[in-house]
Amino acid sequence: MTIASDDPRVAAAAAPPPSAPPAPATAARRRRSRLTRNRWGYAYVAPFFVLFAAFSLYPFLYTAYISLHEVRLSDIDGAVFVGFGNYTELLQNEFFWNAARNTLTIGILSTVPQLAIALGLAHLLNYRLRGRTFFRVAMLMPYATSIAAATLVFAQLFGHDYGLINTLLEAVGFDRIDWESGTWTSQIAISVIVTWRWTGYNALIYLAAMQAIPNDLYEAATLDGASRWQQFLHVTVPALKPTILFTIVVSTIGAVQLFGEPLLFSGNGMTSGGVSNQYQTLGLLMYDQGWTNFRLGQAAATAWTMFLIILVVVGIAGLIARRRARAER
Amino acid sequence: MTTLTSAPEQAVPAPASASAPRRRGRRARKVTSAGPLTHVLLGLTALLSVFPLYWTAVAASKTNAELAGTPPPFLPDADLFTNIGRAMEEAPIGLAIVNSVIVAGCITVGTVLCSTLAGFAFAKLRFRGNKALLGLVVGTMMVPTQLAIIPLFILIAQLQWVDHLQAVVLPTLVSAFGVFFMRQFLSQALPDELLEAARMDGASTLRTFWSVVVPVARPAMAVLAMLTFLTAWNDFFWPIIALTTENPTVQVALAGLGGGYVPDTAVIMAGTLVGTLPVLVVFVVLGKQIVGGIMQGAVKG
Repeated sequence: MTIASDDPRVAAAAAPPPSAPPAPATAARRRRSRLTRNRWGYAYVAPFFVLFAAFSLYPFLYTAYISLHEVRLSDIDGAVFVGFGNYTELLQNEFFWNAARNTLTIGILSTVPQLAIALGLAHLLNYRLRGRTFFRVAMLMPYATSIAAATLVFAQLFGHDYGLINTLLEAVGFDRIDWESGTWTSQIAISVIVTWRWTGYNALIYLAAMQAIPNDLYEAATLDGASRWQQFLHVTVPALKPTILFTIVVSTIGAVQLFGEPLLFSGNGMTSGGVSNQYQTLGLLMYDQGWTNFRLGQAAATAWTMFLIILVVVGIAGLIARRRARAER
Repeated sequence: MTTLTSAPEQAVPAPASASAPRRRGRRARKVTSAGPLTHVLLGLTALLSVFPLYWTAVAASKTNAELAGTPPPFLPDADLFTNIGRAMEEAPIGLAIVNSVIVAGCITVGTVLCSTLAGFAFAKLRFRGNKALLGLVVGTMMVPTQLAIIPLFILIAQLQWVDHLQAVVLPTLVSAFGVFFMRQFLSQALPDELLEAARMDGASTLRTFWSVVVPVARPAMAVLAMLTFLTAWNDFFWPIIALTTENPTVQVALAGLGGGYVPDTAVIMAGTLVGTLPVLVVFVVLGKQIVGGIMQGAVKG
């Protein structure tokens, strides 16, 4: 969340010409009190919060309510209160643990390479470069491609008999791989789709943060005889830590919700995530429970469990950030 | 969550007063020129980024047998247009593109408007509970989509909105990111003196918003509009629940096309190509601005 106004060009373009001479102190105080009691604030935030209440807050709470009931999609009014029954059932359900495991492994397989490559790319993009706009735009093309389109194309590329990747593997002497049916191979393929779509985007986020690192740090490092690699390791990476933590959190939130890629990768629109559920994620399981098996209570419990997982991850990141902030002080 | 949002701000100290040329001069000294290896690596990455999109066009014009040949084909041929025609018959892609333009357009206008209003209030107006409300907005960013879709589905089923575009537009108008984005921009770009001057001139609050706030906010509104349109065009999860292939957006049509009832890969690829092309064209035209917008501060949809 590096901020729009951090860019001096935008700030300069947007800032109006200097206004009248500074107001006297009394005027400033009056102004502050006037702003403090501005009831118009509610009117300005009202459109957002009306929509928010109707389409976010109410659904969140209603999902919590549903998660404590046995509800069928066909008979929504016939809800039966079951307490935490859906949650305990979920924790005893092997499909839940399978999906949780898959979500974790696909999450690691996609997030780690994605962010590592993005960091390296940002470093390269930070050199004075001919055609830098071209490189940046080209790298962001995957981000502009939808999940559906990307997954359909990659499902073709990873195809067993006609896929380009297997053709190339065969050309260099390997056997064709049945990417879709294996556990690891299918999860790697799905991770490749995620990595392809997000690496360039994260590289730009890192690049923006790198451009804000003060030059003095590099000059001092050069005087100390640090090589470029050492500068990257000991100047760039430490300075980017808050940004790296932030991208880890955002990627993790995305990884927990992973849905479209495993849904469309199978090529038959099934919600099972492969014949032996080898790439069924939590997002897909939740959809399966609600819209294939029509068990809304189960699906709602899964949704809330996903939210709790995200809360734990964000909480850990928050603790790390706070401890580092304290250490620096 | 507050730690999250403040962390990147620390990472990028705002050089608000530095003028553009001075900054560039400073960067020129710092940044070393790239060697040939850097160009090669970046060129390779650019190739990997663009190749799957190009391959869509190749795969859309070949039969499976042709695709598996050695060496594999690397140029599309005239069958591309035949297969696009077949894809348009198999899935209502023309309708889907029109629907996606309507949906993403409405979402963009609504989101930018709501976000600018609320962002202005959070940046410049102090009212009781503003901090708590802003905290609520920021906290919403980590709530998964899954948490809302069951009640939303029940709601649109009761309103008989399934397959109607408003079922996709209205819930998607809620953009916590947009509010936060506009707030961050306006709290720095809009001086208090300007608001005070407008008040002295006797401008009403609404008048002040249109004649003072909106002109200042325009660059950020443009960035937010581009990012929102892209996200709305590509949105997948809620649209495939709220709509069917009877009245789809592009993503719903593509999901239907890839969902098994078309056995011919070339036709699926042709549909993918047609559905992706509009947004890629926009992206090539506005790519530089979108890159700038993301570097100024974007967050995953």
